[in-house]
Amino acid sequence: MEVLHAVFAAPFLDMADDPVFFLEVVIGGLMSGVMYSLVALGFVLIFKASGIFNFSQGVLALFAALTLVGLMTGTMPFSLQKVLPEFPPIIAIALTILVMIGIAFLIERIVLRPLVNQSDMITFMSTIGIAFVLEGVGDTMWGSDVKVLDIGIPSGNWVIGEMYIQIFDLWATAIAGIMVIVLAVFFQKTRTGRALRAVADDHQAALSVGIPLKTIWVVVWSVAGLVALVGGIMWGSKSGVQFSLSLIALRALPVLIIGGLTSIPGAIIGGLIIGVGEKVSEVYWGPLVNGAIETWFAYIVALIVLLFRPQGLFGEKIIERV
Amino acid sequence: MTIDSQTKTDGNLILEVENISLSFGAVRAIVDVSFSVIEGEVLAIIGPNGAGKTSMLNVINGFYHPQEGQIQFGGEVRRQMRPYQAARGGIARTFQNVALFKGMTTLDNIMTGRNLKMNRWATNIFAAAFYVGPTRREELRHREHAERVIDFLEIQAIRKTPVGRLPYGLQKRVELGRALAAEPKLLLLDEPMAGMNLEEKQDMCRYVLDVNDEFGTTVALIEHDMGVVMDISDRVVVLDYGRKIAEGTPDEVKSNQAVIDAYLGTSASSATA
Amino acid sequence: MLYREAGQFKRSYEADAAIFPIAQDRWAVIFFVAILFLGVPLVASEYIYQAILVPVLIYSIAALGLNILTGYCGQLSLGTGGFMAVGAVSCYKLTTAFPDMNLIVILLLSGFITAGVGVIFGIPSLRIKGFYLAVATLAAQFFLNWLFNKVAWFQNYTPSGTLTMPPREIFGTLVTGAEALPRDRYLFCLVLAVVLGLAACNMVRGPVGRAWMAIRDMDIAAELIGFRPFNTKLLAFSVSSFYIGIAGALAFGVWLGSVETAEAFDINQSFQVLFMVIVGGLGSILGSYIGAAFIVLTPIVLTNFMVYGLGFEAVTAKHFEFIFFGSLIILFLILEPHGMARLWQIAKEKLRLWPFPH
Repeated sequence: MEVLHAVFAAPFLDMADDPVFFLEVVIGGLMSGVMYSLVALGFVLIFKASGIFNFSQGVLALFAALTLVGLMTGTMPFSLQKVLPEFPPIIAIALTILVMIGIAFLIERIVLRPLVNQSDMITFMSTIGIAFVLEGVGDTMWGSDVKVLDIGIPSGNWVIGEMYIQIFDLWATAIAGIMVIVLAVFFQKTRTGRALRAVADDHQAALSVGIPLKTIWVVVWSVAGLVALVGGIMWGSKSGVQFSLSLIALRALPVLIIGGLTSIPGAIIGGLIIGVGEKVSEVYWGPLVNGAIETWFAYIVALIVLLFRPQGLFGEKIIERV
Repeated sequence: MTIDSQTKTDGNLILEVENISLSFGAVRAIVDVSFSVIEGEVLAIIGPNGAGKTSMLNVINGFYHPQEGQIQFGGEVRRQMRPYQAARGGIARTFQNVALFKGMTTLDNIMTGRNLKMNRWATNIFAAAFYVGPTRREELRHREHAERVIDFLEIQAIRKTPVGRLPYGLQKRVELGRALAAEPKLLLLDEPMAGMNLEEKQDMCRYVLDVNDEFGTTVALIEHDMGVVMDISDRVVVLDYGRKIAEGTPDEVKSNQAVIDAYLGTSASSATA
Repeated sequence: MLYREAGQFKRSYEADAAIFPIAQDRWAVIFFVAILFLGVPLVASEYIYQAILVPVLIYSIAALGLNILTGYCGQLSLGTGGFMAVGAVSCYKLTTAFPDMNLIVILLLSGFITAGVGVIFGIPSLRIKGFYLAVATLAAQFFLNWLFNKVAWFQNYTPSGTLTMPPREIFGTLVTGAEALPRDRYLFCLVLAVVLGLAACNMVRGPVGRAWMAIRDMDIAAELIGFRPFNTKLLAFSVSSFYIGIAGALAFGVWLGSVETAEAFDINQSFQVLFMVIVGGLGSILGSYIGAAFIVLTPIVLTNFMVYGLGFEAVTAKHFEFIFFGSLIILFLILEPHGMARLWQIAKEKLRLWPFPH
């Protein structure tokens, strides 16, 4: 009886008790949700344009952040000595973007091209391989200790009435929002965007109308790399650049499932749902079970959604033919 | 190609589809189609591409569920078939784009056709883990049957070859073998002769007719080769844009004006073999 | 080739359906297994037992389990670590609650419990496929690990959160606990690895295996033939989890002795076993053993080479391991998706014709 009360009644009473705090938690959740959405966006892009489920999206974010920090602190890759000039943030970001494009080239050349006709399972597993390689290379190049990333996003709190809202989170939301709008326009309105959608639909058909598959894939992975960079900057600035970044990014996978693999709005809404859900359940139900609900919350929610809507909330229903 | 066969035009009905309508969203694949299949006959379903022939087979199989209509089979009337019910009831099938299990050998593929005939208890997971005893006996018993099918189709040499490596014509034959292994009452064949040369087609026709003659298996096949259709089928059903436009003996259908307009073209009305 | 395979005709279907139809193959395998039982204990050191032999055997069992699910039935699972944890925790709870229960019974029960849990997490596979399913299995991985970590009952309320296996005997010989001889641990695991491998072989060559492969290759056609996808997939999940649970119990009880479940059976374990199956060969019993050996040995070889041979730091070697494994996976997926088992098959085919090229 006590247990029932503790699980089903008390948390809601707590929420009603201090609505301002509840709102704070929700807003905090929305903010972290935005960051999940960013990573999920990267997934959706690659999936929409190549049908590949890219397990390494999170590690891409980590690698981007590592590179950025390395450039900003003047670290020499592989030797970890700080002997190179320290680049100011803008230049460092620009250089990192170039690096990410370079990685996109390498991935296309070394992994994607040879695997062009293989089944989805195999390409998926190859992205697991990519994740491992990037992780290892990132650690070897820049070292695996925790790093501080500060590109000058203002911190501090914004006080509305009794609520404290982190200014950083507001900036993150704004940046993410701009990113999403730019991407949406890119996909829907530009010629390249249309080509990307064609490729996602049918490789052979796209090839036969003259769409250069290889270029498209480099473009897609570069854009995903860019999205990863933004995500990496956000997460990294907030909690330091370290390995656990890729684990957190792994949580974008369930976001994807919930939103639907092919849907940009789905990625956004899914991210928000998970962000809020995680924070709220951790704060209000966490103490009951000793905490750390966040480690599995997203996955269990994804599992439940899959049971009722296998294609996710906004995904397309798959019709099988025989 | 002329083959002598007993033409059946009446007898017990093994399958009746009544007023079947099937749509995918706005696409109407089948519109109010009814026909019956007489036990022991060879029925051909013909029509231009996109007429809904494969969809019709899928409905009979239980893979697609029609929005309207009913299916009478095995003494039961159903709004929709379930795949398991169809298989259990004795319906076996081949597919347009060979749906063999590419990771397995010919023999294994044909053995999968025996699946429903195997004793569930004798082959449960615990017995299977030990293999000696009930599972081995069941396995060997059905192996014999599969080997008879292999002999019948003359594919002994490729018994242990993974089917992914076989040429298209042989794959189609193996697929027929898998369907035959189930000892079906009703055999649904979706373009079994597609992509074959004349000799291969003759072989396939021979197998189909032998199965029909010796075991009394009813055959419903989709086929584009008019020569084959005219020669081996007892009756023909013609579909066009999801509707039935004719049903009858090959001669009746051949001279039906609607069929000629939709599908055959004027030169076909004087085609012999 | 060393011996001729042509000319060996089988007179019965039974002979044809045997696991090793060629007589020389059968003798070779029996000989090899005999060496493992009798020869190895004569030369192996404690280090070799503890660092190589025992983990290879235990991971072979886990790889067998995952291969059944992913290789034969086509259901990708990233939750192997979580299921190993279930096996370990079941073993711990059962043996501490019933100290007199036979260890084999405990292992079997741990396997069954894991099978049950596996079925529960396998239910979603009815409706979802491919990487959707993989993400769902991640739910199992994270949730189970969290559960065993946070709920003190699973740890018998030990303050440290570490599970320790008490000493247990089989036929009078200690195989668990600090006093057990490495040789005895090894032999115990060897027996289990052989028996479970045989069972897997049997399952896979009979109607059950065909059902799994049918679902993997073309589940729609399989359903239309009369296979029941739901039952088949759930059976794959339960058998697979049974194996993985036993592997987890062995890893805890016989190999490591004491574990902190969240650390020992984390997501890296899931990846490791997946790599074993990919490198060894999806859909191959032999491949499970080869893959396990390869993945267990590689870090040891790498570390020895890099740290002692080339003088790198240990942490660099660890990073390099990541790069190495990732590249290996990509390489295998590009060159030979069917893994080393297929390479072995190709080698045998070439040897048959040697010295002719074809």
